[in-house]
Amino acid sequence: MNIKVKCVYFQVKAVPELKRRFVIPGEVVAHGSLRAETNVMRVGDKIVSTRVGMAEIAHDAVRVVPLSGPYIPRIDDLVVGKVIDYSAFSWEVDMNSCFFGVLPAQSVFGRDYSPAKDSLTDRLAVGDTIAAKVIAFDRTRDPLLSISGPGLGRIPRGQTVKISPAKVPRLIGKKGSMIRSIESGTNCRMLIGQNGVVVVVGAPDDILRAITAVNLVEDQAHSPDLTEKVQGLLGITPQEAQGEQFQERPNDEQVEPSESTVDEATRGKTDEGELSDKEPEE
Amino acid sequence: MGKAGGDSRSLINEQGLRIDGRKIDELRPVKIEVGILRNADGSAYIEFGKNKIMAAVYGPKEVHPKHSALPDKALLRCRYHMSPFSTEERKNPAPSRREIEISKVMREALEPALMLEDYPRTAIDVFVEVLQSDGGSRCAGISAASVALADAGINMRDLVAACAAGKVAGQVVVDVDDIEDKEGQADLPIAIMPSSNQVTLLQLDGQLNDEEFNKAFNFAVQGCKQVYQLQREALIGKYFGRSEVPEGGQ
Repeated sequence: MNIKVKCVYFQVKAVPELKRRFVIPGEVVAHGSLRAETNVMRVGDKIVSTRVGMAEIAHDAVRVVPLSGPYIPRIDDLVVGKVIDYSAFSWEVDMNSCFFGVLPAQSVFGRDYSPAKDSLTDRLAVGDTIAAKVIAFDRTRDPLLSISGPGLGRIPRGQTVKISPAKVPRLIGKKGSMIRSIESGTNCRMLIGQNGVVVVVGAPDDILRAITAVNLVEDQAHSPDLTEKVQGLLGITPQEAQGEQFQERPNDEQVEPSESTVDEATRGKTDEGELSDKEPEE
Repeated sequence: MGKAGGDSRSLINEQGLRIDGRKIDELRPVKIEVGILRNADGSAYIEFGKNKIMAAVYGPKEVHPKHSALPDKALLRCRYHMSPFSTEERKNPAPSRREIEISKVMREALEPALMLEDYPRTAIDVFVEVLQSDGGSRCAGISAASVALADAGINMRDLVAACAAGKVAGQVVVDVDDIEDKEGQADLPIAIMPSSNQVTLLQLDGQLNDEEFNKAFNFAVQGCKQVYQLQREALIGKYFGRSEVPEGGQ
C-alpha cells in the first residue's frame, strides 16, 4: 500500500518584540492603521497618548500603561471598600475612586428583600470594610457592586493601606510573585483591591513590616531591581522566594478560608496586570 | 489698563540686550519640578525667572455642593492666588479682580486640553499659588498647572505650554518680565497645545500693529515650545529618571 504522507509546515510567525517608550499626554505613539486601545486617542492618522506612561505597541494594538492616576472602576474588578452610608435599598461604598460604589440590598438579601422586614445594618454597618466585585459600570451611573461570590464580603480584621491604583500590578508582580514574596517574608496574608486598597492580616509586628514593604514597592515601582530590594528589606534570599512560588501555602489558622480564596481571585487577575510583566526575569 | 509706555529707551541697550541682559528672543531661566506635594493628587513647581509658583491638582473627586456637578463631564475649578509675600509690598490675600480674571482665563486655557467627559459628575480642582512674582506669572502658572494635571493622571489631549511676548522700547521681545511689563508698550500672553498647535489663551494688553502682532505671536509660540520641552523633561524625569529623557519631542 502506498501511502503518501503530506507534510504540512506551519510557518510560525515571529512574535514582534514589544516596543516600549515613555510618553506624555499629546505625544504621538504610532502612525497608521493600528488599533487604539487604552489611554490613547486617534487624531487623524496618528495615535496620541493621553497619559504619562509607557507606550506599548504589540501586534496591531497600541496602548499606554499609565504611571499615575485615579482608580476608574472596571467590570469584574475586585475592590476593597468601606461602607460609608446606607439607604432603604442600598449601601454606599467608598472605593478610593471619584465614584462611589452602590451595593444593592437585593444582591445581599436576595430578591425577596423588603425594607420593612429586613434591616441593612444586620449585614453591613457603616464603617465596615468589604471586598466586592464591580458588576456594572459605564460612567453614567455609579458603579454597581456585589459581595456574592467566593471570598467576597465583610473583612473582619486586618490593617488597610492605600497605594496608588496605577501601582497595583507592580505590587502583585508577575503571576503574584511580589505579593508572595512579601507574604512569605512577613508571615502576613494580603488582599489587594484593584482600587489600590490593600488589607494586611497578621501579627502586629509582621503587619508593620509588610506595610513597609508595600510602601517601598509604591515608592520605587519603576526601579528595575525592585524584587531584590524587597527581598533585602524582608531578609529573604532569592532562593527562598523562588522556592515559595511552587510551595503549597500552609493553611493559616488566623485567616478566614474565604480570604485565601479572595487572595487567589486577586492573583488570577494579575496575569493581565499591566505592569507585572515589566519585572525582570530572575 | 493701557500700557504707560514711559521712558522705555533704556530697557534695551545699544547691543540689543534687555535690562536683565537677555537677547530679545531669549527666555528667562525656567525650572520645573513635578510631584512636590504629597497631599495633592498631582503637583508641580515652576521657577520662571524670578517667578516661583506652585500648582496643585486635587481630583477627580465628588462635587460639593452637589448641584453644581455636571452630568456629562467633570467640573474644572481653578484658583490663581498670589501669596501676601509674593510682591514687593504686602498683597491683600483676598482674591482681587485681577486674580479672579486670571483664574477664569487659566481655566479656559486648560479646559481644551483635558478630557473632562471621561469623569462625569466629578470635580477637578487646580490651585496655582504664586510665591514670588515677576511678571508673566499667568503663563508660568498655566504651564505648571498643566504639568500638575498630567502628574495627577487625568486624561489629556495634550499639555498646555504658555509664554508671553511683548513690545519693549519699540521692539518685539519674548517673555516680558515685571519691569518690561510695566514700562513696555504691549504684553501678549499666549498658551498653546504644542503637539496639536492650537491656541488656548491669547490676551493682549497694549497696542501692536499687524506686523508686530505676527512677530510677537511667533515669538511667543517659540517660547511656548521651549517651555514644552522643559515640561516634558520634568515629567519624564520624575517618572523614569533624568537619564531617560530622550532628545526631541515628536
